[in-house]
Amino acid sequence: MNEDLNPIWTLIWTFGLMSLFAVGGANAAIPEMHRIAVEVHHWMTDKEFADVFAISQLSPGPNVLIVTLIGYSVAGIAGALAATLAMCGPTALLAYYVSRLLTRSRHSRWPAIIQAALVPLSIGLMAASGFILARTSDQSWIAVLTTVATAIVAFATRVNPFWLLLAGGVLGFAGVI
Amino acid sequence: MSSDSPPAAAPAPDLPASHPPIQPGLGELFVAFAKMSLAGFGGVLVWARRGIVEQHRWMTADEFNETFALCHFLPGPNIVNLSFVFGSRFRGLAGGIAAFAGLVGPPMLIAIVLAALYKHYGELEALRRTLAGVACVAVGLLLSVMLKMTMPLVKRRDIAGLAVLVAVFIAIGVLRLPLAEVLLVAVPASMAITLLIRLRGRA
Repeated sequence: MNEDLNPIWTLIWTFGLMSLFAVGGANAAIPEMHRIAVEVHHWMTDKEFADVFAISQLSPGPNVLIVTLIGYSVAGIAGALAATLAMCGPTALLAYYVSRLLTRSRHSRWPAIIQAALVPLSIGLMAASGFILARTSDQSWIAVLTTVATAIVAFATRVNPFWLLLAGGVLGFAGVI
Repeated sequence: MSSDSPPAAAPAPDLPASHPPIQPGLGELFVAFAKMSLAGFGGVLVWARRGIVEQHRWMTADEFNETFALCHFLPGPNIVNLSFVFGSRFRGLAGGIAAFAGLVGPPMLIAIVLAALYKHYGELEALRRTLAGVACVAVGLLLSVMLKMTMPLVKRRDIAGLAVLVAVFIAIGVLRLPLAEVLLVAVPASMAITLLIRLRGRA
């Protein structure tokens, strides 16, 4: 892609296109974001990408905030707004029109079949996200242990994720991880 | 989503009497979604359900599930799609925009403030360590959501689904192939498999 282009347009084009392929939500698109931000455009390093993911999880709100943060690091506030709207706008409009369409043709079997077919895809994408992020953020065996322990606790209990994130921050601050 | 139940419609006249047609205004939509969003760490879905179904009673549990299923099988950030579809159902496009702005606006400000702090102090050793700890936990949270979503497939012994799952994981996570190309192959393949299994199940 032409690097002379205004970075804002690159952000809009990149995330607008990506959103249409983001089956299973923002977390499923993380491998693609990583590929584009780190490997294609060199907007950030591997480590910075892992940090951006951590910050997006540390903020309340939808997972799509990671896109806001990538936009911010590329082109400041304008970049943050452009990237977020590009990621959310086209698919929100698509959802709006499809929902109106389905309300009219309410006996179609297709939504159920499409959904059933897409579920394993989006889980596979999330697994890939976890794997890619773990390879950058889990540099020691204690770090790996923390990730695995978090996955188990969050899977088996209904504890608010905020407390787990806080615990991770405290362990990191104390120099344990 | 069962095939014979109609997708959630606009507040229809045939709703049971116990479900009064509550019509939230634009400001109400914005505030409600801002609250759900600010309460949600690591995902807003739980809070969205609580707010929409239990607190405000703007939708029944079934209506909510059907609306979410729709937004889940469409591309894009699910909960963002949900906010837009939900808001527009009551107040048209303006309602969609109000709900969306509530969901994304306030957390976006918080995230940007955190990112600005990171830009200034990101090289501080203590902050680096803290963030590294948070990152480990954040990845664990992501994996736990993935596990929760996998359980129904495991319980159903859905071998075909699990095979698709593993194939996508290897293609994207290990081989690092571009998303668009993988999906162009995987989506039709997975739909063909699903259709085939359903047809055989009926025969």
